[in-house]
Amino acid sequence: MPSTDLHILAASGPRDAVELSGVRRVFGERAVLDGIDLTIRRGEFIAVLGPSGTGKTTLLRLLAGLDKADGGRLLVPKTRSVVFQEPRLIPARRVWENVVLGRRGAQARREAAAALEEVGLGAHVDAWPRTLSGGEAQRVALARALVREPGLLLLDEPFAALDALTRIRMHDLVLQLWRRHHPAVVLVTHDVDEAILLADRVLALSNGSWGLDERVEIKSPRDRSDPAFAALRGRLLAELGVRPTIAPLQ
Amino acid sequence: MTDIAANAPGLQARSAPAVSGDRPRDGGRFALVDLSPIAGSASRFGHLAQWRGRALRVGVPLLILLAWQLSSWLGLVAPEVLPPPTAIYAAFVELIVHGDLQEALPVSLTRSLVGLAIGGTAGLLLGLFAGLWRTGEEIFDAPLQMLRTIPFIALVPLFIVWFGIDEFAKIVVITAATIFPMYLNTYAGVRGVDPKLIEAARTFDLSRSQTILHVILPVALPSVLVGLRYAAGVSLLALVVAEQINAHSGLGYILNVANMNQRSDIIIVGILVYAALGITTDLVMRALERLALPWRPNIALD
Repeated sequence: MPSTDLHILAASGPRDAVELSGVRRVFGERAVLDGIDLTIRRGEFIAVLGPSGTGKTTLLRLLAGLDKADGGRLLVPKTRSVVFQEPRLIPARRVWENVVLGRRGAQARREAAAALEEVGLGAHVDAWPRTLSGGEAQRVALARALVREPGLLLLDEPFAALDALTRIRMHDLVLQLWRRHHPAVVLVTHDVDEAILLADRVLALSNGSWGLDERVEIKSPRDRSDPAFAALRGRLLAELGVRPTIAPLQ
Repeated sequence: MTDIAANAPGLQARSAPAVSGDRPRDGGRFALVDLSPIAGSASRFGHLAQWRGRALRVGVPLLILLAWQLSSWLGLVAPEVLPPPTAIYAAFVELIVHGDLQEALPVSLTRSLVGLAIGGTAGLLLGLFAGLWRTGEEIFDAPLQMLRTIPFIALVPLFIVWFGIDEFAKIVVITAATIFPMYLNTYAGVRGVDPKLIEAARTFDLSRSQTILHVILPVALPSVLVGLRYAAGVSLLALVVAEQINAHSGLGYILNVANMNQRSDIIIVGILVYAALGITTDLVMRALERLALPWRPNIALD
């Protein structure tokens, strides 16, 4: 489905990009997802929070089609892209070939170059992946995800392995790209600040079902020093069972 | 804040003796060791080491040659047993002048290349088949792993019974020897591709053939080329063995004739030519790897 279509539909009415109902995924005895419902509107940015082992990544893999559910109904856009925690670039292919993986030719190269330009890597079109820094490689992964104009963009802790300064820049870049391409986004993270900073809606899994589903009403651009930000963070952490002992920096 | 306090001269002057006074055993804990580079010394030492290294690399083989030559001149070794380097050089010139070597080399090279081409292709295809398809692995891997434990030299008598002593038998020996290094490395290369890359390709809707073409094969290529390099080396080894079987032409023929005439000088020339072929093959293969794998860090072109 072309993205412009998506954009118009998303703007014109509450059409949904993702519809899950009663989704189950069982590993052995344990139901990691025990009848999950989830509706994501077109162009909506949601963050799924929670510590490791709560089923965040399982949910993302189901949405990506990399794993099969044991029950329930899943409706997702046909075009989906994933950015993983590691860039997962093909070392034997140049950066632009990685972006349009599977395609060749001048047209593909032009599209790749444009996508790389968008993530600020216009100068690295012909570079080999190994010559990139961690942040640059992850930007290539973003370009590769967006060049397909996905209806659903899945981000699996994409900034977890980056240094703090690079992460801040990546947050801005992701917001910028999201506003331009307007896919529905599912960001899996365990960074509460990151979730509040980026998402329209923050959810958390606990014992196989939603323990938390909260809309982030803070106006953009969001600022960590905003009292509303701090209040929401405190509330989310409390609901996740974490009691902050050190006052946040003002 | 703490940095500034520690650097304040007044504070240091007061606290330093106090610390050493309180805990005399720690007195040496803050003693300074000079690690700053001394201008020029490192590079001068580096130069010296480099030159010494080069001198030894060239000098030691030359010394061995000299000792070899001297032992012959002094009559310590009979020239029929071990002819001196000068005699070997003379034999080499003799072979060139008569045109024997020029005639033999293409024959031998063709044998080894044909065998390598057949065996290498078979090993590559089997390796891809077993690496990419589970069925292929189930069919081929166990028998090939069993067969590869047989030293190919042990098969030569059997091949003579089966295929005779003509050109065909020689090619079969070389083919049999080159299949395995190619198979093993191709198989390992394909299996060694990070499954995370394949998974990423899946999320981008690449078909199976696209994934093989754009992800698996390029990433497995270094291993395939290592297999090719080994196979090329083995093909020369197999050539030497194969040419012991009733050769009417080629390097093996020269060696056979020299053997019958008790010409150890010519035999040594033949051995050295085999060695030169081995070195050349290795150089060619390395150059090929450099060209085919520009993305590899250790052999980067840029």
